Amino acid sequence: MNNGKYGEFGGQYIPETLMNEIINLEKSYDFYKNDEKFITELDNLLKTYAGRPSLLYFAKNMTKDLGGAKIYLKREDLNHTGSHKINNVLGQALLAKYMGKTRIIAETGAGQHGVATATAAALLNLECEIYMGQEDIKRQLLNVYRMELLGAKVNSVKTGTGTLKDAVSEAMREWTRRVDDTLYVLGSVMGPHPYPMIVRDFQSVISKEAREEILKIEGKLPSAVIACVGGGSNAMGMFYNFIQDKNVRLIGAEAAGKGIDTKLHAASIAKGSIGIFHGMKSYFCQDEFGQIAPVYSISAGLDYPGIGPEHANLYKTGRASYIPVKDDEAVFAFEYLAKTEGIICAIESAHAVYHAMKIAPAMEKDEIIIVCLSGRGDKDVASIARYKGREIYE
Amino acid sequence: MSNLYFDKNVFKGKKAFIPFITAGYPTLNDTVSFILQMEKAGADMIEIGIPFSDPIAEGAVIQHASTAALKNGASLDKIFETTAKIRKQTDIPLVFMSYVNPLFKTGYENFFRKCDELNVRGVILPDVPFEEKADIEKYARPYDVDLISMIAPTSNDRIKMIAQASRGFIYVVSSLGVTGTRDEIKTDLGAITDIIKETTPVKTAIGFGINTPKQAEEMSKFSDGVIVGSAIIKIIDKYGSNAQEAIFNYVREMKNACLN
Repeated sequence: MNNGKYGEFGGQYIPETLMNEIINLEKSYDFYKNDEKFITELDNLLKTYAGRPSLLYFAKNMTKDLGGAKIYLKREDLNHTGSHKINNVLGQALLAKYMGKTRIIAETGAGQHGVATATAAALLNLECEIYMGQEDIKRQLLNVYRMELLGAKVNSVKTGTGTLKDAVSEAMREWTRRVDDTLYVLGSVMGPHPYPMIVRDFQSVISKEAREEILKIEGKLPSAVIACVGGGSNAMGMFYNFIQDKNVRLIGAEAAGKGIDTKLHAASIAKGSIGIFHGMKSYFCQDEFGQIAPVYSISAGLDYPGIGPEHANLYKTGRASYIPVKDDEAVFAFEYLAKTEGIICAIESAHAVYHAMKIAPAMEKDEIIIVCLSGRGDKDVASIARYKGREIYE
Repeated sequence: MSNLYFDKNVFKGKKAFIPFITAGYPTLNDTVSFILQMEKAGADMIEIGIPFSDPIAEGAVIQHASTAALKNGASLDKIFETTAKIRKQTDIPLVFMSYVNPLFKTGYENFFRKCDELNVRGVILPDVPFEEKADIEKYARPYDVDLISMIAPTSNDRIKMIAQASRGFIYVVSSLGVTGTRDEIKTDLGAITDIIKETTPVKTAIGFGINTPKQAEEMSKFSDGVIVGSAIIKIIDKYGSNAQEAIFNYVREMKNACLN
């Protein structure tokens, strides 16, 4: 990595109004990430508040049923607020505090990052505003109320497609309006440098723990690690400490929606092309004239037309592969995991579970797959019921 | 030294008035007639917005115009055709304003070659700061097209660095936030333009939030020109394809308000 670039990807494509603040953020982060007081305080929050380390759970029933590789689940769903998002948010909110900021803003898709941000703001006594697309608000009404309960103001974003990409755009616009006292707490490994690096660093605790734990339990490394990818924060966290282990396959499951041969998907690697948007050069779903395409997924958290620049580079250099998983496949895995292991996972994570189900049977019994279970599925239960034709509303 | 083009054709030793218009809003044919009206009313240069699906530096007014224009088929190739039509009727200075992705996807080389053909000598890209400029500029220079630098109220210690590397003219952003009309502009713009003047002979134009003749007069004290966008789009919101007369009157009033 050099000057915010991962190979040809990344960069800082943002308005001049934000440049000094972005530089300030990078300098502050570089300082505090080595500051003993900051490190101790964050470590303490992760242990005593977020509930880290998260479990590495051996999915015995699933392994037996699939009859191939051993499957382990990295249980980020058991973290406080129910997903991996808290790892990054505690880091960034604490950084905001150390930087002397009094207000944080964030985008959210499914509401997981918004809830995590509102939670950290409540804990650290920061003012908090969340930007959420109006379509996502309809899909995740309970999460909106949760954020309000935590003291955050939720702004409905009506422009564009009213989903995650528009929420990111609006949070960026808001940041240009008010930079002095505000930090934009970005939720994924995307956006302008230094965000992809900061978010990856805070999320890399996932693979740091998983790698240590699997070596302790099994005495060897996994053959593959799998995580779902929208912007790609849980995947980057799951991959990071395995990148140097060349025999560990890194697999991202991206949202294929109704199928990548239809227009209704969010598969930026399978169907996208290189572009520059939201501060970074990476892969995006877009048309021939560079207009960002409307994307679709059953999962609001993966419903984003791009992917983080470090993923783009892992893909381009062949270190990681990215596999499209459709809505119906994710729903199938969602139900399967519930019935087989008694775990209701987020519909985002179910994309990764599905791919594990697909490749495990053909693998040797002494091989290991670790799936990042990025979030819990309580937020999705009603919408999955409706997907299956049961008219249940939250 | 292509700032000579702008000095000679736009600023001409006087305060310039530079209206903005979103190409294809409401239709591409309207864009041609609106631009001719603006010229007749005394505009010194026109900034043509190439609409982008997700314009992160725009307020609600230009966002809406961009979305509507794209819906009506204002794709880049059609905008080039329209600009060629405009060029058959006038040689008024033109600059394009867009976001980096449409240029990247078309290919920087192709884009700037087309600008050259159409005698469009400047391109404004609000999502390309100083740090990312060089990569794109190297494709623009051979075609004698300038990538216009922007300086914001938060630029502070960056003002000199940006000004030194600027070409064409400098776009000074009047206020924090996105484009859109404002009742009041609080930034100490004189302090910013003073630093620029000490650093470079390249001329400055102030944009973002300017709406009334009084603001135009005020802003032209600090700079060599005034850029107005959202206020014009609002006129088009109101009158649609029949906005010619209202645009003419507004541009004339604003041009007269700029100090000379």
